[in-house]
Amino acid sequence: MSASDPASIESTVIDALLDVAPDLERGEIKRGIDLRQDLDIDSMDFLNFIIRLHERYGIEIPEADYPRFATLEGCVEYIGERLASPPGPPG
Amino acid sequence: MAAARIPEPVLVDYDAARASFRWEEARALLDGLPGGRGLNIAHEAVDRHAAGPEGERVAIRWLGKRGERRDLTYHDLAAQSSRFANLLTDLGVARGERVFVLAGRVPELYVAALGTLKRGAVFSPLFAAFGPEPLATRLELGDGRVLVTTPRLYRRKVAQLRDRLPGLRHILLIREADDDEPGEIPGTIDLLSRLADASDTYTIPDTDPEEMALLHFTSGTTGKPKGAVHVHQAVVMHHIAGRYALDLRPGDVFWCTADPGWVTGTSFGIIAPLTNGVTMIVDEAEFDAERWYGILEAEKVNVWYTAPTAIRMLMRMPNELPQRFDRSALRFIASVGEPLNPEAVIWGREVLGLPIHDNWWQTETGGIMIANLRCLEIRPGSMGKPLPGIDAGIVEHREDGSVVEISEPDREGELALRPGWPSMFRAYLGNEERYKKSFVGGWYLSGDLARRDADGYYWFVGRADDVIKTSGHLVGPFEVESALIEHPAVAEAAVIGKPDPVAGAIIKAFVALHPGHEGSPELIRELMAFARKRLGPTVAPREIEVKAELPKTRSGKIMRRLLRARELGLPEGDISTLETPSSS
Repeated sequence: MSASDPASIESTVIDALLDVAPDLERGEIKRGIDLRQDLDIDSMDFLNFIIRLHERYGIEIPEADYPRFATLEGCVEYIGERLASPPGPPG
Repeated sequence: MAAARIPEPVLVDYDAARASFRWEEARALLDGLPGGRGLNIAHEAVDRHAAGPEGERVAIRWLGKRGERRDLTYHDLAAQSSRFANLLTDLGVARGERVFVLAGRVPELYVAALGTLKRGAVFSPLFAAFGPEPLATRLELGDGRVLVTTPRLYRRKVAQLRDRLPGLRHILLIREADDDEPGEIPGTIDLLSRLADASDTYTIPDTDPEEMALLHFTSGTTGKPKGAVHVHQAVVMHHIAGRYALDLRPGDVFWCTADPGWVTGTSFGIIAPLTNGVTMIVDEAEFDAERWYGILEAEKVNVWYTAPTAIRMLMRMPNELPQRFDRSALRFIASVGEPLNPEAVIWGREVLGLPIHDNWWQTETGGIMIANLRCLEIRPGSMGKPLPGIDAGIVEHREDGSVVEISEPDREGELALRPGWPSMFRAYLGNEERYKKSFVGGWYLSGDLARRDADGYYWFVGRADDVIKTSGHLVGPFEVESALIEHPAVAEAAVIGKPDPVAGAIIKAFVALHPGHEGSPELIRELMAFARKRLGPTVAPREIEVKAELPKTRSGKIMRRLLRARELGLPEGDISTLETPSSS
């Protein structure tokens, strides 16, 4: 299992969310739910969650892409895409 | 020409309006109950419009988080709130009893608020992100008789509290289409079916303008939250502040992004827009920059009232983003919750094409008191000038406990107001002593430190107490500390606000542990989880630091200020009364 396969990404995403909101149970973080609305994740939690994903994967996540992190599957898809496309030239 | 479409401000000449202002004239903008039977907020907000030619105007345009859309006209809102008032009567809810609402921004919340006011009962909103402990404290202090909530929030947060709240007789549940555990919940009532069965006509009983209408909880440095009581007469302030400070006029489309769980979302997210006959936008979803700009465009929002945290999050987005949306309907933007940094005012002007007007008020004041007005020059970073009818001052405390007004400009002191405006709080429920302490020498003392410049603009300096403003929400350190020390490992806790570029401040806790416990990362995580479960994400600390000892005065009081000064690298001030030098 490589770091960029969906199962591994999903597990890392769940870890990052549990770091921010350790009151959640792992099993609560399911596909299909809205992470913010259904898990009592407020906007500060959400920012901290994005920062943790940025730290773990070393990818810049522009604010305009934040809506794609609304669901677990959205997070996995986005990170998968970003890991698959090599970074462009600096500058 | 675009500029030609922008109407004159409602308030054109500030000095003239201040000089000639009389509360009787502000009151005369409202109707009063027919037959001179008093003054009721719900009549002014809904029924008087519903009965007239504006009855078919949209009062609430609700935008659901999954793209749904529902319009309630003034006529619909009058009928629905009458059904709710009839339901309360059927349930035996007496006048003056408290009806709490714990819900996201759904249409039934607005129906319940207005129906409660029609009945003569008292509306008290709860923030949906509160955990069980803050909820229990407020329901107990407010002696809640009815709670309107959703099945999801009930199961998660309220069911476990029922034994502690014997006075809470009725739970009305707003069924959700996406509830994954539908079905009856014992000890609760299905709100929607009961509303459908209730009559849609209701005659508001005679209402004394001084009757209790609203109960809003706020936090202090010590002790439990305080329930600020507001009366029906507050509507005079809500209405005039909507006109003066928000430039509202009938037929406007107005969007207040504040949650009705807090005072802004009630005074200016329910009452003021409706009394002024506007169409208000209610967005159920949480902050999302593209969605927000999309709403400004699609709904042709004219007046937008939001908060510094949201503005700072918008500022993090690329400047091109708002340019993709048509904002031509927008003529006025205001902000409240905490001081708006000057950069944000300037960003508004440069990126949105409109400056952002900061204003100042509190739970206790019930409505906007000091504001940057459309007819005045904005001073970026300032809270503006007192509204007509409001007398503000800067006072300093003398050693004998009295206060004296500071007349020279630019000197810091406590921001104070001359009592008597209609939305002034009338009590802290059940705490007469604390209420009395808020008034000294003919002033209401706000607890905020400020200064006034030579031109009469007020500038926020800081809090006079240890209360924390986080994302615009007021959090009392005591409530957080009390939850933390319930954990078996924690001996003592002290909570401060740590400056944060987005939230203004985040809640940081320092804890000292009982012997035999180690401040490991696992324990800190456990404490975070423990606090979040009890308090919810807004009130729980976002950082916890273990200390061998917490600094205390000789009388044993933990010195939050010293912890804060050390955290910020500020001068520590006079520590001569310090007993325990920190070993950090």
